[in-house]
Amino acid sequence: MKKLLLATATVALSAGGAFAEDVKIGISLGFTGPLESMSPAMAAGAELAMKEVSDSGKFMGGATVTPVRGDSTCADAAAATATVERLVTTEGVKGIVGGMCSGETTASLQNVAMPNGMVMISPSATSPALSSLEDNGLFFRTAPSDARQSEVMTEIIMEHGIKEVAVTYTNNDYGKGLADSFQAAFEAAGGKVTINAAHDDGKSDYAAEVGALASAGGEALVVAGYVDQGGSAITRGAIDSGAFSTFVFPDGMVGDKLQENFGAEVNGSFGQIPSAEGEGKDKFMALAEAAGFNGSDVYAGEAYDAAALILLSMAAAGTTDPGVYKDKVMDIANAPGEPILAGELGKALELIAAGTDIDYIGASSVELIGAGESAGTFREIEIKDGVIETVKYR
Amino acid sequence: MDILNALVAITNYILIPATAYGSQLALGALGVTLIYGILRFSNFAHGDTMAFGTAITIMVTWGLQAMGVSFGPLPTALLALPVGIAATAVLVLATDKLVYSYYRRVRAAPVVIVMVSVGVMFMMNALTRFLIGVDDINFADGARFVITAREFRDMTGLAEPLPIRSSQIITIVMAALIVAALFWFLNRTRTGKSMRAFSDNEDLALLSGINPSRVVAVTWIIAAALATTAGVLYGLDKSFKAFNYFHLLLPIFASAILGGLGNPLGAIAGGFVIAFSEIGVTYAWKKVAGYLLPAFEPDGLLQLLSTEYKFAVSFVILIAVLLFKPTGLFKGKSV
Repeated sequence: MKKLLLATATVALSAGGAFAEDVKIGISLGFTGPLESMSPAMAAGAELAMKEVSDSGKFMGGATVTPVRGDSTCADAAAATATVERLVTTEGVKGIVGGMCSGETTASLQNVAMPNGMVMISPSATSPALSSLEDNGLFFRTAPSDARQSEVMTEIIMEHGIKEVAVTYTNNDYGKGLADSFQAAFEAAGGKVTINAAHDDGKSDYAAEVGALASAGGEALVVAGYVDQGGSAITRGAIDSGAFSTFVFPDGMVGDKLQENFGAEVNGSFGQIPSAEGEGKDKFMALAEAAGFNGSDVYAGEAYDAAALILLSMAAAGTTDPGVYKDKVMDIANAPGEPILAGELGKALELIAAGTDIDYIGASSVELIGAGESAGTFREIEIKDGVIETVKYR
Repeated sequence: MDILNALVAITNYILIPATAYGSQLALGALGVTLIYGILRFSNFAHGDTMAFGTAITIMVTWGLQAMGVSFGPLPTALLALPVGIAATAVLVLATDKLVYSYYRRVRAAPVVIVMVSVGVMFMMNALTRFLIGVDDINFADGARFVITAREFRDMTGLAEPLPIRSSQIITIVMAALIVAALFWFLNRTRTGKSMRAFSDNEDLALLSGINPSRVVAVTWIIAAALATTAGVLYGLDKSFKAFNYFHLLLPIFASAILGGLGNPLGAIAGGFVIAFSEIGVTYAWKKVAGYLLPAFEPDGLLQLLSTEYKFAVSFVILIAVLLFKPTGLFKGKSV
């Protein structure tokens, strides 16, 4: 208790003594819970951007940026809401990087951020439902929606001249969300989904599922599952029974394990994963290594970009008021303007001060579309001679 | 031709997979039923005994492969199987000595021993993970197919393929051999007869001079052999993942109870009933109907139940059997 009092007193003192322009940015991620292994690198990514901006000395006339971490738990919407409430009301943050998972993000956005007019930029919530959510222009995400993946997947399948597919998905929010949005996209493009059936992971036998898929038929089988779970078992069954010979693999299936499990047996199959490439990514990797974390960790680059977008928008608006700078986010993120890569935040601030437009590219090739979500760069892959090969980026 | 295509489709997607899966369940259920008949408790650790035996077999297989030993077109794991069985027998005998013998001595109620077996299950669970990890392991080698889908199509000219995997044939043949050997042992040998006597009436068996510790030991060894063989066959047919063996416990118990706990014939029948109902009831008949009745073009898939409900199917059958015939399809001990 004594320690707590001491700490509180210290915080209060330091807060009182700081510049009026000391800007606090909240980081609401699932530091405990099902995705706790991913959070540290993501938080490090966001803090890296804040440190870069502070160190440049060019932000709001030399203001510093202080990160404040909060645990959103990923799974518990009530806990996430309380965390964001604390960040907004007690800590007085001016923007939030988060939440992490789609459910808690929706809850904290609707219960706290919207009533308080707080900007939230999520680096990792991918549910298609977030696209159509009423958000008063306060919510953005640097991760692509699964609806976007569905469109990309539809394009790739259509380009292969395939019009009829069967879909199997892992029975959870990810699998069902992806399968349903894919079915909608594919049918809108004139394709036909013969069956859209769930499979449960970790079951003893998948003959029934394979039988149903085979009976429904189709030119290819879309496996919206996990490569180390039922997804592989279904693929194995479909190959062995001669039901399908061409497969489409979304992000959960693409990995070294796919190559190892099937190799040349799935030659000619294809798929896609969200993946940025290019100079921005390379620069971010180098920065992350210097800062002591792995920049290739999932969504670390997206977290860096979320924090950078908030800060650059503040600079462009000339104020830290979320109600004002929210309108600048889309301008900063998209063309036209001078392209800004990861590690060039200082340069970006100079350009903004000089009145030049910027086009933030960052670590994950940010381009915000629709209601403010990443268009997402996807890597199209194809299996040739038993090896996963990159066809191109979309 | 269309009738042939329909038959081939049914064979490919129902008959062969269900027979192979049924054989795996039957071997597992036989082990459960033997323990129940003779030691009088439901052994929840059976699934993890299977996992342990399979893990040892896989490690020996790796050793053999490293030495360049192979079994021709058959999987090397079959050569390693005896070692796996021996190791598993040692493990279950040690468990019996350390754990179960105490509860037998104090004449604990069956439900207490069942709970003890749950504890043993978690121990074995952890032991297997320590030994081999939690990953998915594919250890099948040798020829994968007796006949592939393409070969069958080229040979017969039918539209429907009928590939036959070697693991399916091995599973069915091995299961038939083991069941035959087990029945011969139980019905013809002195030890087997004493086991049956012990199962029918323990006191009478003891009075007539049957050595109980010998019966118990032989039962555990046979159960270990059945568990390891079932586990290895299952792993060859699908793949090895420690967690899946824990899940396998459910359909195995359903099979044993359905057939009548304690009745070996019932365990086999139960295994096949469960496998065929899981796969048959959820099968989409659209393709078959398309061959048989070309004029009839259904919009739906002609699927009785979606595949998510396949487990429900076996449990509905189980509940129905227990309601109307509490001792199971074949006369077993009532639960």
